[in-house]
Amino acid sequence: MNVLVPLPVVIPLLTAAVLTATSPLLSKRADDLAGIAAAAATTVVSTLLIVDSLDHDLVYWFGGWKPRSGIARGIAFDVEPLGAALAALAGALMTASFVFAWRYFDEVGTLFHVLMLVFLAALSGFALSGDLFNMFVFFELMSVCAFALVGYAIDHPAPLQGSINFAVTNTIGALLVLFGIGLVYGRTGALNLQQIGRALEGRGHDGLLIVAFALLLAGFLVKAGAVPFHFWLSDAYAVAPIPVCVVLSGVMSDLGLHAIGRIYWPAFSGVFAAQAGSVRGVLVGFGVITAIVGGTMAFFQRDLKRLLAFVTISQVGIFLVGLGLLTAGGLAGTTLYVLASGFLKGGLFLAVGILVRRAGDGDELRLRGKGRNAPMAGVVFLLGGLGLAGLPPFGIFPGSALIIHSAREIGYGWVPTTLVIATILSAGSMLRAGARIFLGWGDADDPSLSHEPRAAEEEPSEASGRASPPLLFLPAIALVLVGLGLAFTPGLAGRASDWAGRVENRPARGAEVLRGVVPHSTRTSSFEPGATPYLYGGISTAGAFGFALFGLYRRRLPVFLRRWPSRMTARPATVLKELHSGVVGDYVAWLTFGAAALGGVLALTVR
Amino acid sequence: MSYLPYALAVWIFLCGLYGVVTSRSLVHLVVCLAVAQSSTYVLLLSVGYVNGGGAPIFADVPKGTRAVDPVVQALTLTDVVVSVTVAGLLLALTIQAKKKARTTDPDELAAMHG
Repeated sequence: MNVLVPLPVVIPLLTAAVLTATSPLLSKRADDLAGIAAAAATTVVSTLLIVDSLDHDLVYWFGGWKPRSGIARGIAFDVEPLGAALAALAGALMTASFVFAWRYFDEVGTLFHVLMLVFLAALSGFALSGDLFNMFVFFELMSVCAFALVGYAIDHPAPLQGSINFAVTNTIGALLVLFGIGLVYGRTGALNLQQIGRALEGRGHDGLLIVAFALLLAGFLVKAGAVPFHFWLSDAYAVAPIPVCVVLSGVMSDLGLHAIGRIYWPAFSGVFAAQAGSVRGVLVGFGVITAIVGGTMAFFQRDLKRLLAFVTISQVGIFLVGLGLLTAGGLAGTTLYVLASGFLKGGLFLAVGILVRRAGDGDELRLRGKGRNAPMAGVVFLLGGLGLAGLPPFGIFPGSALIIHSAREIGYGWVPTTLVIATILSAGSMLRAGARIFLGWGDADDPSLSHEPRAAEEEPSEASGRASPPLLFLPAIALVLVGLGLAFTPGLAGRASDWAGRVENRPARGAEVLRGVVPHSTRTSSFEPGATPYLYGGISTAGAFGFALFGLYRRRLPVFLRRWPSRMTARPATVLKELHSGVVGDYVAWLTFGAAALGGVLALTVR
Repeated sequence: MSYLPYALAVWIFLCGLYGVVTSRSLVHLVVCLAVAQSSTYVLLLSVGYVNGGGAPIFADVPKGTRAVDPVVQALTLTDVVVSVTVAGLLLALTIQAKKKARTTDPDELAAMHG
């Protein structure tokens, strides 16, 4: 057993406990230093776990309760490179957030660091767990920390409202997950994912399993923020402190989705093997709707944090499509996409933080042209926007190339087009905001954007005129550069496909976890994207620039060009905006509807 | 095995959900959320129930004594802890909302947020 395996949870958790106990005795900066050190150490350990698990899974049974004659008795961490990579992403984003928070907050208190560290422990634990109930525990732990962190600026009404919506909807989502776990346990008597798969082996599926799967799916989709479960996300991310947004948007949403893959492959892929096509259709369908709705809503935002929240939703849709293809290529592509975009979105949120700190505002229109005195934030905006737009071969390109390739292979040739549209919408809105703020382009007013947000009073600000301290812009630059540069890791796409293939090989992985049979070292494949992804990447980048210009200068188009389109879209746009009402009851009603729709469609198609 | 406990769990869950959706007060909303959460206790405990089974304590009893499943009881306990945490946090936020926004109505709170 590898002693490193539990460390990504143990390090932040222990540091948090020690910090809580000793905080009255420590000097002012000690909590910052401890936070940075713990998060950095967690990142290093998680990265080592990727390296250690390159050839075979690392299975760690807590307390040494190993399986006996193929029956799991204890609770396991089951580390494979993709999950470890997500844990490493969480650690890296957390480190950057702590560095940023050093100069960002005037006074934040030790509790912030403690909550962030426990949050990190939960994220890592969730990414490494091989056990359904353990996943639930870490899921809840990360939820509770996130609720508290979103509402951290408790003296202002907006974070309170965002936090309440977040907490209520996500708690109901967690209840759905727990219902699903209860049903699965009732059917199989097992909680270890591989053990569940083993117990279901050779049996047909029935109504109960479909209901259980739908409940698990719905619960995790609430966390991920897929349409129509996404309403809480824009409220929460728009009011959370910037360093928290980085982690929420960069890794928490994506882990919610990844959980679907983590439970589907070991536990359900066998029993739903004959119906994989239907499951795929449902997941891809929800994903496409999410990607387009998120991108469209992003266009209507003028509050930068809310804009980034909808960009996040749009990307969740893309990830759901990639994951929902249910192929090794799709899973590998999604993970690479998640990694790159996690860094990029993190950098973008930090750039917004610099703007908020310097101009006291996060509103696109009020900030028009005022970004000139924060040139570093502008650079981050441009690079991040380019990376998110899919400019080959940077940023998200390898991930999206794998997804495109995989979709075409299994006859979903129409999927890449919708992904390109979603990318154009979200990255274009991002670039539009950047051009308006840092270059002063576009009109000073735009009535079709959502109504004017109030000043971001819950965020700290300082008098402008001084140069941004390096501790503010260095983490932003670093995140964006890593996000862009990840694509250049040699052979990454091919290796990721191999790792994903391992995740999807249920029998071999089951034997490894339950019986300790170490598989032969796998092949090393390489991935040649071919010309098509370059074409799509080029189109989405050019499209994003075009769409940004359209957003800026739309009202200067000749009247005959814009009258009909604006009449056609005005009504649906208003309805869509009004749906995001901010009332938690509405959100829960949508959640119920979404879960019912998901279950209904699955029940009808998986027969 | 009777289906009644499962039907009951679903019924409680839906009652709680209805309350959350229609609530006009955050305190009421938190209570409804707790109602919805308690449905999972019913579900989990009925999953592990064994007819005629005793408590899953295996000291001083002959081997092979029937007992209910201890795993789901552990799950239920974890769930209780989680729901208390969430309820406590939400109630704290409610108090704060009353102080800062002078309302506990979700609709008015949403309007304040704009």
